[in-house]
Amino acid sequence: MMSPTSRPTPSTSIAIWASLKAMFGTPLNAGISVVMLAFFATILPSLYRWGVAAASFNGVDRKACSEGGACWVFLRIRWHDLMYGSYPAGEVWRVDVVAVMLVALMAGAFIKSNPWRRQTVLLLCLAFPIVSGLMLVGGVPGLPYVATRFWGGLMLNVVLAFIAVVGAVPLGLVLAEARRSKDRTVRLLATGFIELWRAAPLVTVLFMGIFILPFVMPRGFELNKFVSVAVALVLFNSAYMAEAIRGGLQAVPRGQFQAAEALGLGFWQARWLVIWPQALRMSVPSIVNTAIDLFKDTSLVIIIGLFDMLGAVQQAVRDPQWLGLSAEGYVFVASIFFVICSILSAMSKSIERELDPARRD
Amino acid sequence: MLSSGRRISQIRQILGFTLVLAIVAAIAMNVSGNLQHRGLSLSFEFLSRPASFDIPFKLIDFNSRDTYARAALVAVLNTILVACLAIVTATVVGVLFGTFLLSPNPLLRRTAMMFVEVVKNTPQLLQVLFWYVVILRQLPNARESYQPLTGVYINVRGLFLPTVQMVTPEGRKWLAWSALVILLGLAVYVLRRLFVPQRAELRKSVAIAVGLVALAIACWLASAAVVTLSRPELRGFNFRGGVQIVPELIALWVGLAIYASSFIADLVRGAVLAVPKGQEEAASALGLKHGQTLRLVKLPQALQIVVPPLVSQYLNITKSSTLGIAIAYPEVMTVLGGTTLNQTGQAIETMMIIMIVFILINLVVSALMNRYNRHVALKGHT
Repeated sequence: MMSPTSRPTPSTSIAIWASLKAMFGTPLNAGISVVMLAFFATILPSLYRWGVAAASFNGVDRKACSEGGACWVFLRIRWHDLMYGSYPAGEVWRVDVVAVMLVALMAGAFIKSNPWRRQTVLLLCLAFPIVSGLMLVGGVPGLPYVATRFWGGLMLNVVLAFIAVVGAVPLGLVLAEARRSKDRTVRLLATGFIELWRAAPLVTVLFMGIFILPFVMPRGFELNKFVSVAVALVLFNSAYMAEAIRGGLQAVPRGQFQAAEALGLGFWQARWLVIWPQALRMSVPSIVNTAIDLFKDTSLVIIIGLFDMLGAVQQAVRDPQWLGLSAEGYVFVASIFFVICSILSAMSKSIERELDPARRD
Repeated sequence: MLSSGRRISQIRQILGFTLVLAIVAAIAMNVSGNLQHRGLSLSFEFLSRPASFDIPFKLIDFNSRDTYARAALVAVLNTILVACLAIVTATVVGVLFGTFLLSPNPLLRRTAMMFVEVVKNTPQLLQVLFWYVVILRQLPNARESYQPLTGVYINVRGLFLPTVQMVTPEGRKWLAWSALVILLGLAVYVLRRLFVPQRAELRKSVAIAVGLVALAIACWLASAAVVTLSRPELRGFNFRGGVQIVPELIALWVGLAIYASSFIADLVRGAVLAVPKGQEEAASALGLKHGQTLRLVKLPQALQIVVPPLVSQYLNITKSSTLGIAIAYPEVMTVLGGTTLNQTGQAIETMMIIMIVFILINLVVSALMNRYNRHVALKGHT
């Protein structure tokens, strides 16, 4: 359905007239509009006073903050924790470089006119994880080793989400194929595996990563918290990715399978050359949506004692100096997540439109 | 040719099966080795031992001398309670905002859109913590409680409401309960009458409604039930009497409901837009107004489209109730994965119980919703 205001209008005055008519045209709409305007008139000024007019931006400690306004000084002082956790200050440039690479590669993979789009995607999924892993962990000449227990803040959210997505896609592809297999045993096993993970709450999965995974590993095999959580997230997410990719596989026309067979391609050749490239491309929007959900949920790691961006806030407000400043911290964390997730979901929608030019919105 | 193909497939099947068995066996061996090494054994015996911790919020009697098994039951009931509350609230708020998203009034539509986008794109845990820490923790102490209505108090310890206690003569309790059930049935009937176009005449419906009310009154009088009101009263630093709804429950309830409502609003909007345009034109040709068209023509048809994704939202709410562990609401994860695991160290067993609880909930909800879905789908084709 097209809303009246979204139609192209010949001039602004007509557009204003149309929206005024839509707002006050009928008694009911006029009533709603008045109530809404009154609501905004009471809420917005006090929000503005708290967040901007009476807020404190500069200073080095709590004393710089005035009563009755937000204390944004807090974020400035805790910036390092919020972004990098306990990553050594001298090595932070490595995180920044990785972040710039990630943004650049994602932009390159998204932009339609990029002539090396396919190569960019491969770079993002294959080379980038290795390079960024080396950069962040270090232990090679020129890059001192930084143990994962020092990782935190927004960096931890992004790293965990990235590992979980890139690790889960291949696993999800295998699971999706297995769930479509002609073989009943394979199908049952895959379905059972997928549905088991999908029935589990993520909090429980993280607990299992911490408490059960060490039991499953061979004795003497030490797992740190970060690796346990990453493994648990990959397994958990693989079930959701399997469902996203299964949708893509179902969308590949039957003729493609038959054509591949007619060309004399074997099962794996047909998958590798014909089916998977199409299926994966078509499941990109679902994969991105799953990734957004997972990215938001990486903040759950504070429950098992890792300090992501939300954890940094929780830790900071326990400091007597910043006691009671949760609101500022939450607003900040929420805005960061909001911006990143909105951009990702806009990208997902745009890719969806690109894949289906026949669709009209 | 055919038989060799079949043989290959058989061999593959056997190989695959062996591989899975080998993995399972390796895991089992590792687990038993590790258990032995740490001097632990796999047993559910701890469930019959006294729990020796108290649970601050419970629907059935529980004290620290009761067993771990009973503590688990209390926790399961708390999970179901918060999930049900959040599901109902999320549905109501979600449908409301879904209709706002379709409103011809741009002010209302844009505001609803903003709300949905902000709620959808921020972490759920952050929202639960926000309600708990920023809103509920700022409430005054018991002595300075807000009193929005007589007998209702809001303070930092939660919401205190008056409750009714029903006393009936021996053996007549069922009469009082059936009166309540009949009233519930009446409510359902009226709601159906409002939202589902019926062939029955208005007069007949009113007659049925009046009949149900009369029946309920008759049952109630026959039960000779006496209802007493228990009001919360300030004694010392806290309230006695009435019922206390702890802030942890409120924060989790509101957090889960608001988060899911944003997704439900989008689902409702999508489903209504998926109703063929001809339906809307036919409705307006019949002289129905925007609100009537939405309520009587579009929503009933959208219901069919919306049920499957709605079920998965309901399951998400139930799973997300485990966020209670972040604010110490005593649900399954907090009680079993938190306190019980800490006290007994039986990690594998407690996690197994939690998984079984959620798998069961999943199966029951999916089965119920499938039945409902079939019911709705069948009606749509007649």
